[in-house]
Amino acid sequence: MQKESNLRPPLILGDKTWHSITEDVCRPIEGKANKWWWLAFSFSLAAFIWWLIVVSYTVGTGLGVWGLNKTVGWAWDITNFVWWVGIGHAGTLISAILLLFRQKWRLSINRSAEAMTIFAVICAASFIVAHMGRPWVAYWPLPLANQFGSLWVNFNSPLVWDVFAISTYFSVSLVFWYTGLIPDFAVVRDRAKTKARKFWYTILSFGWTGTAKNWQRFEEVSLVLAGISTPLVLSVHSVVSMDFATSVVPGWHTTIFPPYFVAGAIFSGFAMVQTLLIITRKVLGLEEYITVYHIDMMNRVILITGSIVGVAYITEFFIAWYSGVEYEQYAFINRATGPYWWAYWSMMTCNVITPQLFWSKRLRESIFATFIISIFVNVGMWFERFVIIVTSLHRDYIPSSWTMYHPTWVEIGIFIGSLGLFFTCFLLFTRFFPVIAMSELKTIIKSSGEKSKKAQVLKSKEVHS
Amino acid sequence: MSAAKKFIYGIFNDDEMVLNAIPQLRAQGLNVKDVVSPFPIHGIDEVLGLKRTRISICCFIYGMTGSCLAMLMIWYMNIFDWPMDIGGKPSFAFYKNLPAYVPIIFESTVLCAAHGMVITFYLRSKLLPGVEPVILDPRQADDHFVMTVQVKEGQSSEAIKGMFMQAGAVETKG
Repeated sequence: MQKESNLRPPLILGDKTWHSITEDVCRPIEGKANKWWWLAFSFSLAAFIWWLIVVSYTVGTGLGVWGLNKTVGWAWDITNFVWWVGIGHAGTLISAILLLFRQKWRLSINRSAEAMTIFAVICAASFIVAHMGRPWVAYWPLPLANQFGSLWVNFNSPLVWDVFAISTYFSVSLVFWYTGLIPDFAVVRDRAKTKARKFWYTILSFGWTGTAKNWQRFEEVSLVLAGISTPLVLSVHSVVSMDFATSVVPGWHTTIFPPYFVAGAIFSGFAMVQTLLIITRKVLGLEEYITVYHIDMMNRVILITGSIVGVAYITEFFIAWYSGVEYEQYAFINRATGPYWWAYWSMMTCNVITPQLFWSKRLRESIFATFIISIFVNVGMWFERFVIIVTSLHRDYIPSSWTMYHPTWVEIGIFIGSLGLFFTCFLLFTRFFPVIAMSELKTIIKSSGEKSKKAQVLKSKEVHS
Repeated sequence: MSAAKKFIYGIFNDDEMVLNAIPQLRAQGLNVKDVVSPFPIHGIDEVLGLKRTRISICCFIYGMTGSCLAMLMIWYMNIFDWPMDIGGKPSFAFYKNLPAYVPIIFESTVLCAAHGMVITFYLRSKLLPGVEPVILDPRQADDHFVMTVQVKEGQSSEAIKGMFMQAGAVETKG
């Protein structure tokens, strides 16, 4: 059994037992959805159907329906791709890196954060496939000899690295998440009152019973998966950043990109976790598990990664000046003062200034303030990718080809639709999956539950008096 | 061999009680086989005498296999079968191009290590969709711990049940 200092705040509030954890987590699965869930689900599903329509229109007609042109060949598609992949990073950080650092507060939030990772990577991948224009040849970046001869893919290309990185990241995150879910599916299965639920959760739980040997292997697998997911998650956004950094486009060709992208990814991911969980804990009645302490901890991560991102922005500017390369200097002056100045300053305000508010403990512990700031960060990180991609491209080396980029309704539609895809998946997850890792959370109730904490404090007072 | 194996189950409602009960029951001559629990009990491996799992060694081997496969694939496709000359930087030797190949070798290592280990875990623990679970008690995944004792010849079930209750079990079965 683990011991923990009495000075640390409890991670589970209220008079909870192992059984009440089971009850609280299984309630949304076993009960009926309330009208707020149905309302949110209807909106999300409508947006998802809209996504199907606009993506079909793009594929059927061609990429000409987007606002891309000869100068700006990447815009909202890659902006959204990078934004979604970045959001995914928080889930892996919480479940893998915080596991290695033995941060027990991850236990209440890791399941839903990992679910968010999976759905965000699905959204990201959909943009990659859509922006190819001919998705039926989406298998071309795979190492297959093509039908025109024995030419293979170029393994020196970061775009090929990206295919490997994203697909590895997605599939490894999926098995990590699913393996953790198996014991919790077994809980739902053993409690199931209806035949259909028993049937489905028997299949989903893979026949898990929880013998000592199985738990031993389970813990080893979780630990090793955390160990290998940690460099994996850091590699994914590094590789995404190299899609830009290995090019010769001023504003992209910088060595700071990998760490700067990874910090930004964690920053935006935690903001999305806050946005989602502040609503989820309220709607599902999980306030005693996802407490103000958890929100405070995540806000600290947002503060530190936000500061890293801020330093990176300033460093980029400094290095552009220090390099003495006029093209590089112009790219940055153009970002801040050119026709896209509003995007740049939205990014600076949302990403550099708003997270600094979290130095205040009162704001870190305010649920309302956290929610608002998390939205600001989500918006700011979207603008960051837009600024990097569009402002670097729209004024290239030849002034005669300088142009502006304007999104069409199709691109805006795909973005809104991808939010629909994401929220449809997430809302279904909250209805059918245990949103808290019950079996893991049960291990800390004796050391970090409010009731046992109080008993310990009382005991130590008796000893001292 | 005597008659079919007979088991008695003791149901506990506390993990520390289970940890204390195992050596106590073993000292009384019982053959404690296994404990089914709703969450991992820390320290039960040593108490039950389970060997350390070798699954992380498997993971290492799968990972190394992944690295080798990636290197072999890249060498064959980009060096041997169709060397490309991109921007005046020909790929005629594997080691000269190695830095650019590191990301894919790394991803392949992680891919094979993770999936190989998880598939091994599922197969060794007999976890597959459609496997019928052995449910000794419906509360075993919720908040109760089920300890399995195999009845040796000459031991009476009643005596075993008595020892279970003495060791802190709340119920017995079997």
